[in-house]
Amino acid sequence: MSAEEEKTLTPASGQQLAIVSATPHLRTHRTTQAIMLDVCLALIPAVAASVWCFGTRALIVMLFAVISCVAFEAITRIALKRAQTVQDLSAVVTGLLLGMNLPPTLPLWMIPIGSFAAIVVVKQLFGGIGQNFANPAITARIVLMLSFPTQMTSWNAANGHAWGADAASAATPMKALTANELGAFSGDDLPSILDMFVGRHGGSLGETCAVALLLGAIYLCVFRVITPLIPCFYIGTVAVITFIAGGFDAQFTIYHLLGGGLILGACFMATDYATSPVNWKGKIVFAIGCGILTSLIRLFGSMPEGVSFSILLMNLLVPHIENLTAPRTFGKERKRHAK
Amino acid sequence: MGIFQQRGIHVVHNKHTSKIKPVRIETCGEVTLMMKQHIGTPCEPLVKAGDEIRLGQVIGDTQAGLAAPIHASVSGKVKRIEQIRILTGEDVKAVVIASDGQMTPLDGIAPPVIKTRDDFFAAIRASGLVGLGGAGFPAHAKLKSACGDVDVLLVNAAECEPYITADHRETLDAGDDVLEGIAQIAHYLGIHKAIVGIESNKGDAIGKFRALCAAVSTPELKITTAVLPSRYPQGAEKMFIYSLTKRIVPLGKLPSSIGALVMNVASVAFLARYIKTGKPLVSRTVTVDGGAVQSPINVRTPIGIQVRELIDFCGLQDVRPKKIIMGGPMMGAATPDLNAVISKCNNAVLLFDDKQTQKRPETACIRCGNCVAGCPMKLLPLKLEAAYRANDTAALTRLDAMGCMECGSCSYVCPASHELVQCIRLGKRLLREAQSREGSKT
Repeated sequence: MSAEEEKTLTPASGQQLAIVSATPHLRTHRTTQAIMLDVCLALIPAVAASVWCFGTRALIVMLFAVISCVAFEAITRIALKRAQTVQDLSAVVTGLLLGMNLPPTLPLWMIPIGSFAAIVVVKQLFGGIGQNFANPAITARIVLMLSFPTQMTSWNAANGHAWGADAASAATPMKALTANELGAFSGDDLPSILDMFVGRHGGSLGETCAVALLLGAIYLCVFRVITPLIPCFYIGTVAVITFIAGGFDAQFTIYHLLGGGLILGACFMATDYATSPVNWKGKIVFAIGCGILTSLIRLFGSMPEGVSFSILLMNLLVPHIENLTAPRTFGKERKRHAK
Repeated sequence: MGIFQQRGIHVVHNKHTSKIKPVRIETCGEVTLMMKQHIGTPCEPLVKAGDEIRLGQVIGDTQAGLAAPIHASVSGKVKRIEQIRILTGEDVKAVVIASDGQMTPLDGIAPPVIKTRDDFFAAIRASGLVGLGGAGFPAHAKLKSACGDVDVLLVNAAECEPYITADHRETLDAGDDVLEGIAQIAHYLGIHKAIVGIESNKGDAIGKFRALCAAVSTPELKITTAVLPSRYPQGAEKMFIYSLTKRIVPLGKLPSSIGALVMNVASVAFLARYIKTGKPLVSRTVTVDGGAVQSPINVRTPIGIQVRELIDFCGLQDVRPKKIIMGGPMMGAATPDLNAVISKCNNAVLLFDDKQTQKRPETACIRCGNCVAGCPMKLLPLKLEAAYRANDTAALTRLDAMGCMECGSCSYVCPASHELVQCIRLGKRLLREAQSREGSKT
């Protein structure tokens, strides 16, 4: 019997017999669709927070991203004559994450360009869900960033909105952090730490409210959608490096952790199944790598933010990380360096 | 190791029958006794059609070392000797006996006379005992191979498969026999330490055994009860040994190589009863459950009874169950009809209804890593599947396909409904075929 075959045997007498199939005869109820739905639910606090911070414009941007991603997914599957996969909700997740990576003022016509890069180029042309070598939403953000640098980094958000006005007038915390000379950190140009924590500062839609993002991440860990390994080691590595580089200034470190896309990236982007290692050792190596690259780009690079680039770079290393950290089979002796 | 990886998976328990004492099936119309109910060499029938048979009479045996004799489980007349296909796919001979309903025992059944260790092994061989937990390894061969190397006896009452409560009932109903059996084995093998391992979901059995063990432990033989987390496959031999002793069985080696002897709790209890009475292995406890069953039960049934007769005792919701499983839902084999027979190592029959038989279509692997996190052997099921589909024997070898114990955890947790364990099973077959080709070349 082949792997998929399930037989309902019908003998000569014509009486229907019971089904014979491969073990196990019980299966979990947690399907791909259920997992993706959980990720969408986990993103609800962050979506709500971004609407609270940036106004309805934020909702329009995210809706546009979700709808265009789902549409591209459906169209590509039809064009490629493959089984339809929109019902697995993964395109909704990609759309939500892409929307969260965009500034609230981005002209709407630019959004489908990002969706096209994410869904068609990165995901479907490489074989669809699970086959993409890079995180679709991250790649799309980078494509937009390089194509429309001005629009992608203008944070003059949410005109007339209560807190938006405040946040919009200043540069983003990441820019301010870079503008300050290393070691001469003052914190004068920056929003208060409380504002950083609840999201009352400039930045992309979904990345500003740390509380909402962490709530979502806890939900994902509790329901075992992700393990806390990647978020903890990623954020932990950035914390350690910025703490040392900032001359052991706790405030400097906290701005680095709460500012930019670190929490969004570490909890929702770096944990993407297809583009992170499947084994726990690999996950740790991957997360530490992301943390080191993010810190280096932020501290020494010409760009204020490095989360997207570091995740993308580490995505490409995943197959090698998996090979080098492959688990040792239970009961197998340690490899000896013979020969 | 192990900090970030929890061994095994959480499965539904569905232990509906744990409070139900086994119903005794006194006799049945007909039994089909397969000549292979163990791992090893099949037996040869020692009777022919028309022979008058008594209960407990040896009707099949062989000279081979790795085998256990087969005893008649009813008295009556041999109807025929036929060739049947057993669940592993092998064709073996089977003796069909029409019961006379009397259950007349064979004359001269008496407790075995045991003076030496060899007498002990001979008696266990004569009893027909094989591992009753499901594996069916001949008990005398296991004990003999463990002789001298082993310092701890581990009694397996984990029963991690959903639905099954046969061993749970044995711990509750025959606790004294279990302890007596432990004492016998420990005495003849020179073991001074025994641990009874029970999963945490069987509180009543744990309480009972804690008290029993405390009462009978002596300085010579220390018996303890260990509570194991209820995670599948806790009862799998390698996992069981690791949980109780932190010893790791090397890949491709037997537990005796690390000084452990694992025996199923029902096997140990039977051994004690055999030494007391001399009655061979002719009946066993079987859990009958599943969505298609009206009232789930445990039965004490003659070995060789057909499922068709068994279901008279529990009733069916639907005359035609959608799936018939011999054994537990995780590792038991599905069989096409109700003619399937209970063998020595069959601890359950599950009859599933339509709802339980629904199958989701396979979707693309999303690399969630659930199969990797769940594999008790720390294999990479998703990569093994790919290697099998690519016919890549080198990759199958590198990924230790042969280390897979086929517990099915990977298939259970897969959100994309991949047939992971089946692919690994077929991959192992590829490796065996490649190996025999190599062998025939040289």
